[in-house]
Amino acid sequence: MQRRLIGRLSLIDLFLWAFRAVVVVIVVVGTVATLRAGRYSGAQWIDFVEFGLAQGGVYALIALGYTMVYGVLNMINFAHGEVFMGGAFLTYYVAAPLGAAGFLNRYVLAGLLVLLLVSMATSMGIAVLVERVAYRPLRRAPRLVPLITAIGASFFLQYTFRGLFGSGVQAYPEFEALKGDWVLGGLHIHRTQAIVLAAAVVMMFVLYAVVFRTKTGKAMRAVSEDRDAAALMGINVDAIIVFTFALGGAMAGAAGILYALVYKQVYFFMGFVPGIKAFTAAVLGGIGNIPGAMLGGLFLGLVESIGPALFLDGLGIPAPYQLRDVIAFTMLLIMLIFRPQGILGERLATKKA
Amino acid sequence: MPILVTEQMTKRFGGLVAINALDLEVTDRVIHSIIGPNGAGKTTVFNCVTGFYRPEEGRILFRDERVDGLLPDQIARLGIARTYQNIRLFGNMSVLENVLVGQHVHLKSTWVGAILHTPDTQRHERDALDESRKLLRFVELDRKSGFLAKNLPYGDQRRLEIARALATRPALLLLDEPAAGMNPRESLEMMAFIRRLRDELGITILLIEHQMRVVMGISDRVTVLDYGTKIAEGTPREVQGDPRVIEAYLGTRRTLPASEHSTAPRRLDPPGGSPA
Amino acid sequence: MAVYLCLVGLVETFRLRWIIANVIGLGQMMLLITAIVAGFVYARRVGGRTPAATGVSHDAPERVRVMLGGAAVGLLVGAALVVLLVVGSRVALRLMFVNASPTLYSLLTFGYDLGPGSALLLLVEGVCGLVGTLLFLVPSGLRRTVLGGLVAVLILSVFQDLLQLLLQSPGPPQAVRGLLFGVDGPSWSGAALVCVVTWALLAAWTREGDHVRARLAGLPPAGRRGFRAGVLAVGIVALLLIPIAGGPFVAQVMVLVGLYTLMGLGLNLEVGFAGLLDLGFVAFFAIGAYTVALLTSRGEQGIAHWSFWAAVPAAVVVSLLAGVLFGIPVLRVRGDYLAIATLGLGEIVRIMVLSDALRPWLGGSFGILAIPRPVFFGLTLGGPQQLYYLTLVASALVAYIAWRLQDSRLGRAWMAIREDEDVAQAIGIDLVSTKLLSYGLGGAMGGMGGAIFAVMLGSVFPHSFNLQISINVLVLIILGGMGSLWGVVVGALALVGLPELLREFGEYRFLIYGAVLVAMMLYRPEGLVPAAAQKRELHEGTADEAGTGTIAVAAGNVGAAEGRGG
Repeated sequence: MQRRLIGRLSLIDLFLWAFRAVVVVIVVVGTVATLRAGRYSGAQWIDFVEFGLAQGGVYALIALGYTMVYGVLNMINFAHGEVFMGGAFLTYYVAAPLGAAGFLNRYVLAGLLVLLLVSMATSMGIAVLVERVAYRPLRRAPRLVPLITAIGASFFLQYTFRGLFGSGVQAYPEFEALKGDWVLGGLHIHRTQAIVLAAAVVMMFVLYAVVFRTKTGKAMRAVSEDRDAAALMGINVDAIIVFTFALGGAMAGAAGILYALVYKQVYFFMGFVPGIKAFTAAVLGGIGNIPGAMLGGLFLGLVESIGPALFLDGLGIPAPYQLRDVIAFTMLLIMLIFRPQGILGERLATKKA
Repeated sequence: MPILVTEQMTKRFGGLVAINALDLEVTDRVIHSIIGPNGAGKTTVFNCVTGFYRPEEGRILFRDERVDGLLPDQIARLGIARTYQNIRLFGNMSVLENVLVGQHVHLKSTWVGAILHTPDTQRHERDALDESRKLLRFVELDRKSGFLAKNLPYGDQRRLEIARALATRPALLLLDEPAAGMNPRESLEMMAFIRRLRDELGITILLIEHQMRVVMGISDRVTVLDYGTKIAEGTPREVQGDPRVIEAYLGTRRTLPASEHSTAPRRLDPPGGSPA
Repeated sequence: MAVYLCLVGLVETFRLRWIIANVIGLGQMMLLITAIVAGFVYARRVGGRTPAATGVSHDAPERVRVMLGGAAVGLLVGAALVVLLVVGSRVALRLMFVNASPTLYSLLTFGYDLGPGSALLLLVEGVCGLVGTLLFLVPSGLRRTVLGGLVAVLILSVFQDLLQLLLQSPGPPQAVRGLLFGVDGPSWSGAALVCVVTWALLAAWTREGDHVRARLAGLPPAGRRGFRAGVLAVGIVALLLIPIAGGPFVAQVMVLVGLYTLMGLGLNLEVGFAGLLDLGFVAFFAIGAYTVALLTSRGEQGIAHWSFWAAVPAAVVVSLLAGVLFGIPVLRVRGDYLAIATLGLGEIVRIMVLSDALRPWLGGSFGILAIPRPVFFGLTLGGPQQLYYLTLVASALVAYIAWRLQDSRLGRAWMAIREDEDVAQAIGIDLVSTKLLSYGLGGAMGGMGGAIFAVMLGSVFPHSFNLQISINVLVLIILGGMGSLWGVVVGALALVGLPELLREFGEYRFLIYGAVLVAMMLYRPEGLVPAAAQKRELHEGTADEAGTGTIAVAAGNVGAAEGRGG
């Protein structure tokens, strides 16, 4: 950022500083007030943290898809939330009969794996399809066009699912094995959330391995650095892009089934808000940066969970949970304004003369 | 009187020193060229002068006023305009609109006036239109004023970019490789054109160019950069004969096995020779 | 490709719940159209872009081959459907696919049993594939005519409710109505009549069309302007008469169209002129509505009891300030990030308005009630018809402002920013003030829309101000053509008016939005009424080939000053 000598612009900077200051004040004052009031017990805080981490794991997985696609194609895949939704939703139709047959309770691990695979495969399919139909013809179009297309694809997918499967909410079958808590030295840990978090972490490791240790992963990184140069090196750019979408889709599919385990229901519109949150997470961590997406997701989940209780409650705001999204979006705004490259991210290329 | 002065200007990008303590003086109403091998930092100089980059050290003075640290639009308002190495026109606007936009800096109509369609606004717009037409005639694009800028042939685009820069009524015009991609005849026309700019409109020209014919043909003064450092300066003749310049362009002689040619020059056209 | 169309066809069949009671239902029509399109696309793939481009049109065996191929493609479509039928008769697909009902199946088999029904289906689809191929092979004039006739019949069926409504008054209208419609829907004679008339018109146009166009182009500028003025006058008269002719329902729809036009014009300022992608635009709409609500409501939230006419300017000012305020943080954010950032801002506004935290002032989820109707010189603007005129006036005003700004110093500065921000700055354009003006003025326009919205409903609820509205407005701008003023109107009509008028569409509205968006971007990203084309039209009476409105104005003025005509 260049410094400005003329008055008018320092006014803008002043305003931005004030904005930052206000946010910091709210956070600090609120936190102090809450902790002093002591309305929440230690166990409740642990609860918040757990839930936040599990939620964050889900966000992280979805965010990975956003960040990889952005790295490779420089566009925001607005339809990614629907990729997530598709996997979860379709898997319901596998889960329901399996659950009714008791399969899921007898063979917990196998059942989970099956569902996971189905979800991932479905999401992969949707992601690749969208790429092929809506994005590939527009590779070289000005930036606005693919964005609008993505929005259109997002709607189309949402309402296709609605048209196909109805607008109701479908309840996922219960996993007996996942109910209840584990007790670890005085801490009560929800089984479901723990498994979700563990699974998310495992998937992230898998992704990390694929991207950073395999040849295809390396090709992917090359394409995201410089598409034309990668092509000149003999990399089949189209195939790599498809691979990227597939990988992101798989992650989203995994996220889908995990989400379903936590919230126990699916409906056609469920991809929208997590999609935006996950994108926030990707930006937070640094878009185009894979560890950043993981970190961003976990961070966002945590803040969302703890935040309302931690800072807003202390300020005497009634029903702070309604403002949970405000916290998320404010963080997003702050990131975009002050540090668009995110916590870990790379600097955006600035198009100067 | 020097219209532009840089004092010990230094620009770094991380660890790379793009411009190293540059002292440059451009006298009013001359055509001053900056030459040097690729990567010597020439366009970076332009970017610093126009405000896109802020130099880490040094000062830039335009008509004795400090301009380093100002915003690009403020600098434009003071009277510096430029063109770009890879032409950056407003592609989806017409030729005429591109030039009209250039008038923005000194056009006095306001948006309120535009909404209310006041007689003053109408008059300003009319004058702006006349001036734009004149500029287009000057660059011989008046017959194509309705074309979309992106549909123009290459040479026309270059001229349009200059017309747009001229619309800001600059005192100093920075031209970044105006003759790039032109054949010898077109280059000659460009040279004559640049001379007209100086002679008829009284504009000082600061020029980056690789075609030596152009540089040597019209420059009053030449500055040579290499790796961000000024290595020579003077009249075209003086610079041509300067051994440091020759070395920068051709490299030092090395003995190689007879089957190979001498070392690849870092640049394609040596000074004084005609380009391909 | 054909397979993909089949799949889409499959998906489509799941939405065949509507039957418009012609002899053929609209739903069934869709299936047939799928096959026709498939045949057409196949022929195009095989034969090159136009028949003339390849030897296909002249080479008889080649032609036959292509036709057979087309028929085969149609058969494929049919086969996919048959598979669906077979599977459906065995497995209770309905558990999963909500619309896979018996009604659907009988639709597919034209009411016959599975066996003969499937055969019939295959045959019909095959024929359609053939038809599609033929359409490709046939000269374009003939093709246009045939298609035109069919499209006209489709329009008749799709709009039948509206048309019946419009043709209610006794006398000639009712006679026409009787001719076209039977009890359940368009009659055979009606459909045939429309089709034939359209064919005749199109055939005539194909032959004489170029003639007429040449004549028009050859007219002197004065003549052309006269022609255009005439068209405009007719349009204005139509606009004024719509609520009267169409009744309250149509008027209501047009009010909505008008509001979206207002918003569209505002967003157009940001997106179309200045290239600033704003997905949080609904926030300004909300702010305008809430301001009016707060200032005029007779309920408990009302903080004053101003009249509507005093509240509107206040709402506009507040929205303008809001625009500026929102613009400041995002001044340096670019491109996609700007979209997300503004989306976040819009959502923040919505959530805060909805929240309990602000309920004492803004009513929370209960909103603000009891907003009185505006009173205009003693006349209460209560019904949709009166509101329509109010909206019309507001839209006209805003459109005028947008038009003037487009050809002004500010407008050109915006366009420069849209094209290349850095170069614009180098030309001397102050990015800060220019961008903030864009957000401010755009927001003001949105706020005006919100103001009218508030009095239209008599209350404001936070649920009315969601992201979907922002996206609606964006879509209609894209559809109409970014940066083009007429495009906004066209877009509003198409995307707001149409779905309201076609009630069955309601549920599938977003599906179609989505598909339309994607299709538009793929095939016609500049929109239906692109700005550049619009500009080319504005040049009258000058020597140049094309120019901006400024030229027309300037030339006109100069001409008048110098005593020249035209």
